[in-house]
Formats: sequence, C-alpha cells, structure tokens
Amino acid sequence: MNTQITIAGVSFKNPVMTASGTFGSGMEYAEFVDLNTLGAVVTKGVANVPWEGNPTPRVQETYGGMLNAIGLQNPGVDVLIERDIPFLKQFDTRIIVNVCGRTQADYVEVVEKLADQPVDMLEINVSCPNVKHGGIAFGQDPKCLYDITKEIKKKARQPIIMKLSPNVTDIAEMARAAEAAGSDALSLINTLTGMKIDIYKRCFALANKTGGLSGPAIKPIAVRMVYQVSTAVKIPIIGMGGIANAQDAIEFLMAGATGVAVGAMNFVNPYTTVEVVKGIEEYMEQQKIANITDIIGCVR
Amino acid sequence: MEKKKERAVVYKQQQIAAGIYDMWIQTSIALQAKAGQFISVYTQDSSALLPRPISICEVDREHERLRIVYRVVGKGTAEFASYETGHCIDILGTLGNGFPLEEARGKQVILIGGGIGIPPMLALAKELKDATSVKIVVGYRNQELFLAQELSQYGEVYIATEDGSAGTKGTVLDAIASNGVSAQVLFACGPLPMLRAVKGYAEQAKIPAYISLEERMACGVGACLGCVVKTRQKDSHSHVNNARICTDGPVYLASEVEIG
Repeated sequence: MNTQITIAGVSFKNPVMTASGTFGSGMEYAEFVDLNTLGAVVTKGVANVPWEGNPTPRVQETYGGMLNAIGLQNPGVDVLIERDIPFLKQFDTRIIVNVCGRTQADYVEVVEKLADQPVDMLEINVSCPNVKHGGIAFGQDPKCLYDITKEIKKKARQPIIMKLSPNVTDIAEMARAAEAAGSDALSLINTLTGMKIDIYKRCFALANKTGGLSGPAIKPIAVRMVYQVSTAVKIPIIGMGGIANAQDAIEFLMAGATGVAVGAMNFVNPYTTVEVVKGIEEYMEQQKIANITDIIGCVR
Repeated sequence: MEKKKERAVVYKQQQIAAGIYDMWIQTSIALQAKAGQFISVYTQDSSALLPRPISICEVDREHERLRIVYRVVGKGTAEFASYETGHCIDILGTLGNGFPLEEARGKQVILIGGGIGIPPMLALAKELKDATSVKIVVGYRNQELFLAQELSQYGEVYIATEDGSAGTKGTVLDAIASNGVSAQVLFACGPLPMLRAVKGYAEQAKIPAYISLEERMACGVGACLGCVVKTRQKDSHSHVNNARICTDGPVYLASEVEIG
C-alpha cells in the first residue's frame, strides 16, 4: 500500500498534515503524537516581528465547532528559525511554515528570512479573518491576491501554497488568480467568519466581536469548496475544514484534495492526526486501494 | 510531566450545594496531580466539542482518584452532573503548573477562595504542611457553605457571604478586614473582580499573592493561544507579554499579571 503523495515536487509519506494555528509548532503535541508519523507539520502563522494578538476571550465553543479570534499571536520569524525549525528537524516529517503579514513587505521579509532554512514549503496566510490589516484583505480580492502571490513567488526559495478564505463570493475565482500568479499549490478552507452573543451579559462572546468558525460544523462547506476549486485549477490542493477522522479526510481526497489537514479537532482529541493516518491505511486495505493517488479527485 | 488523555471512571458523585457537584474520578492521572493543576473533561455530546477545564479539588494518590468540585454553568457541566458511579469519563491531564508550595514554607499563609474558586484551595490546604500558620478565607453567595467544614481541618476558616446569611456580609476582603487576618503570603482563586481586589490588597500589604486564573480555552496544552493573560515579563512562547494560562499558569504572582 502506498500512501505517498507529491505536491509541487515535494513528496510526503502520507497526505495528513496539521492545519496552521491548531498545532503550535509541533512541540505542544509531541507529547501525544509521534510527529514522524505525519505527512507534514504546518506551523502556526509567523510574521516578520512578534504579534500580540487580540484581547480575550479569544475562543468560544459553538454547536459542533468553535470560534476563534486569536489574532495571530506569534513570536516572529526569528524565534521560529531559532527554536521551532530546529525542533521540527528532529523528526522525519515535512515542515511547512505558515506566513502572515500586515503588508506585502511583511510577507516578503518573512519569506526571504526563510530562504535558507530547512523548510519544505511555505503556506501564505492571506485569509485570516481576525486581523484588521493585511491578512484577509489580500485574500478577498482576486487582483490583490494575484499581486501578492506574484510578489511572494518572486522571492520565495520554497514552493508556495496560498491559503484561501471561504469568505468570498466565488472561491474558484480566487483560486484561479493565485494559480495564474504562480502559486504552486492551494490550501483551503480557512475559517468562516462568525459571531456569538452572550445573551445574559448582552455582549459579544469574543472580545474581537467576530471570529473564525472551525470544526466539524464547517466540513460540508469545505468539501464543496475543495471540489469546486479542484475543477477550476490544475495545481494541487490541501483540503481542510472540520476533519475529525479518516472518513472525513477521505471525503476531501475524493473531492480533489491531494493533502489534508486536521485543525480544530486537534484541540478536541490530541491524537486525531495519527488516528486519521491509521484510518486511511485501514480504509485502503479494506477497499483494496494500492495507491492513495487513485482516489484523489475520484468523484466527478 | 506527561500529559495524557485517558478514559476514566466516575467513582462517586453528589450534589453539595445548589448547582455545585462533587465528583471523585478513578484515574491514573491522580498519581501526578498537584494542587492548583487542572484537568480537561470531555462531554459525550459531539456538538459540544471542547473539553471543560476544571480545577483539582483533592488528590488521593493511594487509590488513584481525583476529586473535582464544579458548578453547572452550561450544557457540558450539566451533562457531567448527570453521571453516576461507574460512568466512563474522558479526561486530559494533568494541565497547568499548580501552586508554588515552596513559597509557603515557614510563612503565615492566607488561602482565599471565592465561589467555584474554593475547590482548589482544599487541595492546596492539604499540601501546606510547611507553613507556620494557615488561615482560609472563603466567599460564598449565600449560606450554602460547600467545602467550608472540610477546609476547617487545615486552618482557621473565615467566611464572607454576598447576602450576609453567614459570616461577614460582603467579599473575602471584607472578611479579612473585619477579622483582622494578616499573613506573609496569599494564595487565591476566584472570580476576576475578587482576584483584582486580592492583587490590590497584596500590593498595599506588600506581600506576595499567588493567584490562579481562568480563561476560555480550547486545547489546554499551549497550542491554540486562546487563554492568554497580559504579563509584565515577556512570555515564554511568543515573547509578547501574553502568557498562556493553561501552560505557563494558571497560577501567577499577582504583580506579574495585568488583570485590569
């Protein structure tokens, strides 16, 4: 049985990754999960300088999901290079660094600092709904997305993955813009902008008022969008949004994703990623699938 | 110390006040548990995904049991309240760092608990064998004085109630003032307004106060960065003065945190 996949020339032992922001830089979950078993660890978004993030409360539970408005608190790329990349290098897994910024120059600075690092791919976060400047602004207008993708692609030494927002009218149009600008791959979906109100305190449940909805509640939307994008572009897709088990992951693969990422469910069950890896293998054996690539995009 | 998720078993449970439940859990996690740490408890309702962080009220290492005393505040805790002996319960622990017991050595200590912040004070009171003296100040809404009797085994207990139905009418600070209680170090857990008052009191009295904080959290293990508190010092993770309550805390020296 072969679970290996390839994205933009980078091979992964299996398609299972961690969704940015839900797994730290691997350190916090290494107590629970053997990182060697994962296809890749995708780090929490990192900017050119440390970011404080938003006021608390930053997280709230919702029906079958959760809202977060962390606001991309991060230690900046220098700490990532000094502390987190060496930590991840101890493991036999691919390293994908998620890059965030407020301006185009911020993104470029991070990408340039990572040029000589042992990082396999860069995921560019142009879709965070929780930061006021930058972030999602680049991910909601096809022209802006095209421009920033082009700029980053010029500077990046590693293949880039543009991470798309679902908070758009037509995600396929965004996907085509990123592809046209040279993005090597796409990841989707980031969280859906949501809101929760505390009816006893008569206030917003999150200090940021709005937050990003994730978890099993959003999975059908994510599967639909992965399918839609996979029919619109030729570059590979990493699918995510509410994956809780192998069955969910296989849905994404069949919808057209080459890789899959586990996000909010890491918080619920710290062993989710390894369970998904194992469950995919069991499914392949049971269904007599020799190569995982045989089922990618098989539903048309 | 190793964190793990484990399927544990409810050893026994009873209601001890309106909306307050007292549950003993049979779990090997008890072997590593310390006063001031917490566990995350999972619901069996798949629409309520996130585990509920609940402080440890008592540790029985010999029988490998943990005691939690919690208030029913929503559908997760309401579900826990329905569990009977033998019910399986998924827990993650132990989380957080606990109280710095060494800071109580050879000192006169006051433990301050407010409402559902009282339970961790029982675990702490049991561990304070090296303190010169232990006084315990607890604040309740009314005369339902849960855990007060048990606390009295470990030190003199002073009570404050919001409605004046028992002890001093008012807050734990009112009880401290009206009873002339003093100490060289404070340990406190309770609602944020109480902790702010305790912080102010400790500053005035020029004594250290160790306060246990809570915040909405998702992972409980330091990955999501949901449960942060503003700190004077750079935090260990992001170096932006936002420490993670779940992993850097939940107990902080009051003068190190900005709690408004």
